Amino acid sequence: MRIIGFVCRDSALPAVEHAASKEDPYPSFITLVEMPCTGRVDVVHILRAFREGADAVFVAGCLEGNCKYQYGNIEARKRVTLTKSLLQAAGLEPERLEMFNLASNQGWRFPEIVQEMVSRVERLGPNPIGKVKT
Amino acid sequence: MIIAEQKPLDFVIETLDEHKNVLVVGCRSCVAVCLAGGEKEAGILKESLHLHSDLTGKGWNIEEITLERACEKEWVREMASAMEGKDAVVSLACGVGAQVIHEMYPSVLMVPGVNTVSMGAPDEQGIYMEKCAGCGDCVLHLTGGICPVARCSKSLMNGPCGGSQKGKCEIDPDTPCGWDLIYRSLKEQGRLDLMDVLIPPKNWRLSRSGGPRKTVRKEAVQTPEEKRIGGASQ
Repeated sequence: MRIIGFVCRDSALPAVEHAASKEDPYPSFITLVEMPCTGRVDVVHILRAFREGADAVFVAGCLEGNCKYQYGNIEARKRVTLTKSLLQAAGLEPERLEMFNLASNQGWRFPEIVQEMVSRVERLGPNPIGKVKT
Repeated sequence: MIIAEQKPLDFVIETLDEHKNVLVVGCRSCVAVCLAGGEKEAGILKESLHLHSDLTGKGWNIEEITLERACEKEWVREMASAMEGKDAVVSLACGVGAQVIHEMYPSVLMVPGVNTVSMGAPDEQGIYMEKCAGCGDCVLHLTGGICPVARCSKSLMNGPCGGSQKGKCEIDPDTPCGWDLIYRSLKEQGRLDLMDVLIPPKNWRLSRSGGPRKTVRKEAVQTPEEKRIGGASQ
């Protein structure tokens, strides 16, 4: 399983650091991509992640109203919605992609997000792209 | 500027059909401003088509290029090397740009990636309003700078009609009544007397009713001698 998370460095990333420790790190099948703001997440970034074989992708930004750059997280949510429709048209389940909002002190939310995406991948199966390509 | 909106990805995928070597062409002019077909959108479309191809094993070879202005042959020539080996173009340029591209590469399938909607301007980010209908006989001097052809739903030359309700058009409560706008603009200018000026029936042959319009600016047209000396652009 391979899950990619585009995470805001001011909220989601500190939350991950709260949640994970040396003794209990976040799962190795998750790759986190640190973003200066989720407003920087581009549709192309997400599509490319799926093309490279990600089974699921999530974007995790600040709570709405708390964005350091005012509304980057709202822009991200709109892009995630757009990308879901593109995934559907391209032939991939849109449920493989999700946007989450959390504060830097909500470390407990991160394992929930991971569990949500893992459940989805278990239900949908692996990204079929790997099978087609090989 | 020209306003366009993207066609659904499904349409592009279906229309490409068996064509495997595809060039996605964006334009940095009007369609970039209305966020339908600029460099960004071309990149997203290319990536989406790649994803579909990878998922279905279609083996599409997809490249992208964004032209400065797809409606001028001088700029369209810049895609010559990118066109080598291509059997389809997905144009995110407006209908004008798409046709200029087609004129230069007539043997290649032209897939329109956008619907060209109107000539207009942004009201705010992401919202674009039609402003001009290209009627060929402008009367803005009589109508307070607001076009009755494009902005009155009935294109009335002497309005408003009975469907004007509290400044809105009867077709949609979100659509301003063009003649209400004209009245308010003339009032602001102290030219309400113009409301009494009867605008005579319009000569629609100058508009689309006269067929495709050819505009000639004599001073700019190169003479045969100039063409011979300088090598005129095609």
